[in-house]
Amino acid sequence: MTPEASVQFDEHGRLRHFLTTEGIGRDTLIEILDVAGSFISVGERRIKKVPLLHGKTVVNLFFEPSTRTRTTFEIAAKRLSADVINMNATRLSTTKGESVLDTVKTLEAMHTDMFVVRDKASGTAHLIAGHAPRNVSIINAGDGRHAHPTQAMLDMFTIRQRKGAFEPLTVAITGDILHSRVARSQIHALRQLGVSDLRLIGPATLLPTEIEKLGVRTFFNMDEGVEGADVLIMLRLQTERMDGQLLPGPEEYFRYYGLTERRLKRAKPDAIVMHPGPMNRGLEIASSVADGPQSVILAQVTNGIAVRMAIMAKLLGDAGREGRE
Amino acid sequence: MNLSIVGGRVVDPASGLDRVADVHVTDRHVVAIGEPPSGFLTDETFNAAGLVVAPGLIDMQARLREPGEDHTGSMETELTAAVHGGVTTVCVPPDTYPPIDTPAMANMIRQRVDAAGLARVFPIAALTVSLEGERLTDMGSLHQVGCTVLSNGDRAIENTLVVRRAFQYASTFGLTVLLSAADPWLVGNGCIHEGEMATRLGLPVIPEAAETVSVARDLALIETTGIRAHFGCLSSARAVAMVADAQRRGLPVSAGVTAHHLHLTEVDVGVFNTQCKVMPPLRSLADRDALRRAVADGVIASICSDHQAHGRDAKLAPFSEAASGIAGIESLLGLTINLVRHGVVDLPTALASLTANPARILGIDRGTIAVGSVADICVFDPDTPWRLRDAGLTSRGSNTPFMDTELHGRVKATLVAGGFVYRA
Repeated sequence: MTPEASVQFDEHGRLRHFLTTEGIGRDTLIEILDVAGSFISVGERRIKKVPLLHGKTVVNLFFEPSTRTRTTFEIAAKRLSADVINMNATRLSTTKGESVLDTVKTLEAMHTDMFVVRDKASGTAHLIAGHAPRNVSIINAGDGRHAHPTQAMLDMFTIRQRKGAFEPLTVAITGDILHSRVARSQIHALRQLGVSDLRLIGPATLLPTEIEKLGVRTFFNMDEGVEGADVLIMLRLQTERMDGQLLPGPEEYFRYYGLTERRLKRAKPDAIVMHPGPMNRGLEIASSVADGPQSVILAQVTNGIAVRMAIMAKLLGDAGREGRE
Repeated sequence: MNLSIVGGRVVDPASGLDRVADVHVTDRHVVAIGEPPSGFLTDETFNAAGLVVAPGLIDMQARLREPGEDHTGSMETELTAAVHGGVTTVCVPPDTYPPIDTPAMANMIRQRVDAAGLARVFPIAALTVSLEGERLTDMGSLHQVGCTVLSNGDRAIENTLVVRRAFQYASTFGLTVLLSAADPWLVGNGCIHEGEMATRLGLPVIPEAAETVSVARDLALIETTGIRAHFGCLSSARAVAMVADAQRRGLPVSAGVTAHHLHLTEVDVGVFNTQCKVMPPLRSLADRDALRRAVADGVIASICSDHQAHGRDAKLAPFSEAASGIAGIESLLGLTINLVRHGVVDLPTALASLTANPARILGIDRGTIAVGSVADICVFDPDTPWRLRDAGLTSRGSNTPFMDTELHGRVKATLVAGGFVYRA
């Protein structure tokens, strides 16, 4: 087991935290997708609740603001009957990390069972998990550029829902790979699930060095990269993260890396178009494609709740019954 | 006071001596090696059988945290750590608060050190006032008070014209400049080597070019100004090759490396291990191996600790926000002797990089235990393995990735000017 993976498993090899998709085995990933499938119907019932996490306390600890992601975690936890507390904490980038750990320790003293953590710095969820007591689970809701594993899992769920088996698929991820925690988590999950043709498309300034070692092919030319693809994943162009000089401007970006109807025609006729949201229409994706028949972007949002329920239940449900009490 | 250190393997790289012999010290100086001088009556005998008797180590770069950051360490604690590590001369970079940019500051630091009565300190004075990279310091006056090596610490001088003039003016007084090779624009907010680990962990990078661009600029200015220069801590194979080429062309350039860069690579960062966050960053395995070869073939002449003690909280942070640096002065010798055991270098070469070579670069009359020299001596056990333990460290900082690592070369005694400052 890689050190990256070992942090999130307990001594019996059970998933204790959900920090990254790297190092989680195929069977565990499939199990999460299967459980998520069974939760889809919960959202369609008149009473949208199951009692799996009744009496558990989940804290959404967001050091970086995000209404969308926080809301889906909140709904997921509530549908599992957990008590949910939202903390929009702020911290200075230059403060010593004790403030992160101090915040968490304070909340732990209130007997919290799970933290859903988001932060602008890579590694914050790992840092907290490394200092968490035995009975507390951490879910990474996005750490810097490093990982966003629940987003990746809802994308896997959506791909399986529409395409079935992963092995024969060609998947192309386009855009700001450098700054994207979503892309990194997708790459690890897609590789683990057996996708053999995984392509990354972007200009050299947005493709991180030695990314090929993660088992991907890189393309500067989007027309070539999307050729014959089954799944097209567009990333949000995170303009607010750019130090400058990475791109000349939005018009040029759309010309070379925007997903247009013309480019979509190069993919397979039944290719699906995905985007983790929120979208920059006309920058990375044309509105006609985002709202078109091949777009599954809204399904991703719906599936996000079921997938996050499955992950929460996996961490607190299973392990809780077997010895956390 | 007559002291005899008997039965040890005396290794003095400066004089090429390497044999089992007794070392005789009278007051401050080594008076004989082998037979004692006639009429020499020993007051004290130190049994060094099975041990190595070497010159006291010269650490080319270590921060004492005083003045300015007294909460993370003091001269007392960090110099105690130094002598526990066999270090008898500590070069202190000018980036204290306030910086060492006046003769008064240099003198003040020396006085504080003398009061501590432990290792001696060689203050490296600033090249520019307040290290701001704009106005030159009073280099002539600094030279007058013994500051013969100048540096801008870890603060880059961005304006190339200022660098050129600093080199020219320093050469007027025959000074040496000590350089940190890091282009500030390419470093940016980076915190890790640009490579596979950075890509996996999603951390902002410091590309190799941050070092090579800076080395190239400085070499061009060294060549045209004739200044004697030392690159303190190189990290990449390409920068080493550039320096080697400059040396072949006869430029007055030397280079150093930290002990940790000779042992660790980017892979050791693992899952955000902040103990491995250093500047320059740990680079690839190929880089580390090139650094090792450069020590063996002499392109890299000195090994330093780049000692930086931190409080515990400084490393308990997300990687990009954690403090940079290792408290390394107590593992400097151990890690260097490990290189001997790994077959990278022989013992005299390893010790030369900690004694004779730094002395030559600094232009100081130390780093040797030849007859007549000041008796700064390090006696260590080269064979018995030992492990670095939190409880055994005397530095205020226990920030090291080498905790529990098996080391060799445990210091048994350290002498400064003929007096014991440490005995195990």
